[in-house]
Amino acid sequence: MKKGHEHKNPKKYGMVIDLDKCTGCGACMVACMAENNVPFKKDESNKLDSITWLRVYKLTNNKPYPDTEICYLPRPCMHCEGSHGHSPCVSVCPATATDYSTETGIVSQIYTRCFGCRYCMAACPYHARYFNWWDPVWPTGMEQMLSPNVSPRMRGVVEKCSFCYHRYQLAMEKAYFEEREDLEEDEYQTACTEACPAGAIVFGDLNNKGHAVYKLKSDPRAFRLLERLGTNPKVYYLSSREWVRRQGDNYLEHEETGKARQKVHH
Amino acid sequence: MSTIEENTKDSVDAAVKEPGAPEKESEKIEPGLAQGSIIVSFVIGLAIALIIGWIVFPALLYSEKEQPFDFSHEVHNDLVDGCESCHYFRDDGTFAGVPKLWLCRDCHEEVQGGTADEETFVYEYVWNDREVPWRIYSKQPDCVFFSHAAHVVKAEMDCETCHGPIGESDSLKPYEENVITGYSRDIWGKSISGLNKKHIWESMKMDDCADCHKEAGMESSVQTKKDACFVCHK
Ligand code: HEC
Ligand code: HEC
Ligand code: HEC
Ligand code: HEC
Ligand code: HEC
Repeated sequence: MKKGHEHKNPKKYGMVIDLDKCTGCGACMVACMAENNVPFKKDESNKLDSITWLRVYKLTNNKPYPDTEICYLPRPCMHCEGSHGHSPCVSVCPATATDYSTETGIVSQIYTRCFGCRYCMAACPYHARYFNWWDPVWPTGMEQMLSPNVSPRMRGVVEKCSFCYHRYQLAMEKAYFEEREDLEEDEYQTACTEACPAGAIVFGDLNNKGHAVYKLKSDPRAFRLLERLGTNPKVYYLSSREWVRRQGDNYLEHEETGKARQKVHH
Repeated sequence: MSTIEENTKDSVDAAVKEPGAPEKESEKIEPGLAQGSIIVSFVIGLAIALIIGWIVFPALLYSEKEQPFDFSHEVHNDLVDGCESCHYFRDDGTFAGVPKLWLCRDCHEEVQGGTADEETFVYEYVWNDREVPWRIYSKQPDCVFFSHAAHVVKAEMDCETCHGPIGESDSLKPYEENVITGYSRDIWGKSISGLNKKHIWESMKMDDCADCHKEAGMESSVQTKKDACFVCHK
């Protein structure tokens, strides 16, 4: 070996999802499942049993007609940074099957290491983790269509969104081959970002001033889910509607969303 | 019920009566000698256990598999322009690995040298348009992501560092398959203990990868203070 690894600026990949743009079409969910070999069943109505790395939730303001409003909210894994990478799931895993990378800010899940205790699922306040109660059953011939870039999962392990990490691996491989160290913004994008017809999902390096997410995360409409728990999530949401922002956390009646957020920002 | 009780009674009696004679004998044996024989049998037991664990078990654990036919790197290296004429990178940075049939066809439409191996190759594979099912000595489990570009282009490492002298060899070594996991023996290496490892290529386990990464300053895992799981896993 002639050249060692030079320390680069650590990256912190994250997402900004514009709820004003999201129409709830579900294309992101479909793209995610196809990209990541996510198993499915004939009957997906039992939500304790179904697996959706990215799930679109429907929120309503609970007001009677004609004031009823709804909003759709796509929820991937938040890739919480916690404090110094101690996100809720990483802290509780007794098998070291889930890990936080200080190089990319991505929370990983290694299925071959996981033994299915599901502490991480209990610890995750976002319900972003799913347990495989069964071995996946693919419709005949579909095993042939699975992506070799994503490990398939088996019965008894937990799985979750990886921010399409395999796309980062392949993008870095190309960069190394072309003797580059850094990726352009468009070289690493998640499947859901690419699939969204409304352009509501923006993905990039939150540390990189040149990336769109860097600016968007400080938008006055921005909020994160359950921010006050200190999970320090890397998925930001934008909404111009106060009732939507209020549903992002538990607020007392007199509290305003923006101000409560300031408290945990330092 | 009664028979069982009688039987137990009999055997209890027997147990009390029988050892009478040997008991006297054992009284004669000096305590030092008794201890000695315990130590001796412990050492013999340990030796047997170690032989089973370190020699018999590994011998049973790996089964030798033949490659489809022999291939000489030595012969071919003189005929072509370096390793990368067969082991090349694609434009997207992925590594092509073991060459496919189209790379051999130009030279092997007909048998040239006349060795049995070449005949097998030409008649069974080239003429039938069948890819050769090579067994890959270095093949990692499916959950592992490895990048040749990162090591060969970026870190400028030689092939030999990780593969040993395969690229210069005149014939293929036997492929040894772990009968439990199906993995190649080259992953764990010949040495069961992993001690006295002299070359990097002698084994390529997770710790071998991770130790070199740590030495190179790659320690991005919050959990292990080595490299993050998602560097090498997918
Ligand atoms: C002898 C040293 C050495 C060994 C053994 C080694 N690596 Fe590496 N690896 C490196 C170095 C050095 C780099 C960093 C290249 C750079 O970015 O400067 C690297 C980079 C990588 C990368 C790219 C990392 C990134 O951030 O994009 C991957 C993936 C990788 N190694 C996987 C593996 C796996 C899997 C193994 C074991 C099968 C392995 N390596 C064995 C030295 C080694
Ligand atoms: C004529 C084409 C050709 C050339 C040139 C060539 N190889 Fe190979 N190589 C092969 C074929 C075919 C195999 C598969 C058979 C085998 O395992 O040896 C192979 C296998 C290998 C493997 C084993 C991979 C594994 O883990 O099973 C290594 C390592 C390797 N080559 C290195 C080299 C190096 C280093 C060079 C240059 C010095 C080189 N090769 C040149 C055709 C070639
Ligand atoms: C540049 C032309 C060339 C290419 C490309 C080439 N070969 Fe050969 N190969 C030869 C020649 C010439 C011989 C005969 C050498 C002799 O026997 O004197 C040979 C011999 C062989 C033999 C028998 C001797 C041995 O044990 O290696 C095998 C098997 C073989 N080649 C397989 C392959 C495979 C597989 C490929 C594709 C990866 C390949 N060759 C690519 C020219 C080539
Ligand atoms: C850092 C160690 C390292 C270096 C350096 C390295 N390799 Fe590899 N190579 C590996 C590992 C690990 C694998 C197994 C990858 C896998 O299974 O995912 C592999 C696989 C291969 C294969 C088989 C791939 C396949 O599945 O078809 C070939 C051929 C090969 N290497 C050739 C080379 C050649 C030629 C070079 C030099 C240009 C080289 N390697 C340099 C570690 C290395
Ligand atoms: C530097 C590269 C590297 C890093 C970092 C790494 N691994 Fe591995 N891992 C490997 C390689 C190579 C193998 C296959 C060889 C072996 O079994 O030792 C492997 C095998 C495994 C296996 C066994 C898989 C099987 O099917 O046999 C598990 C489980 C595993 N790793 C979990 C982890 C976890 C959890 C982490 C993070 C804490 C991690 N690994 C970090 C390279 C790495």
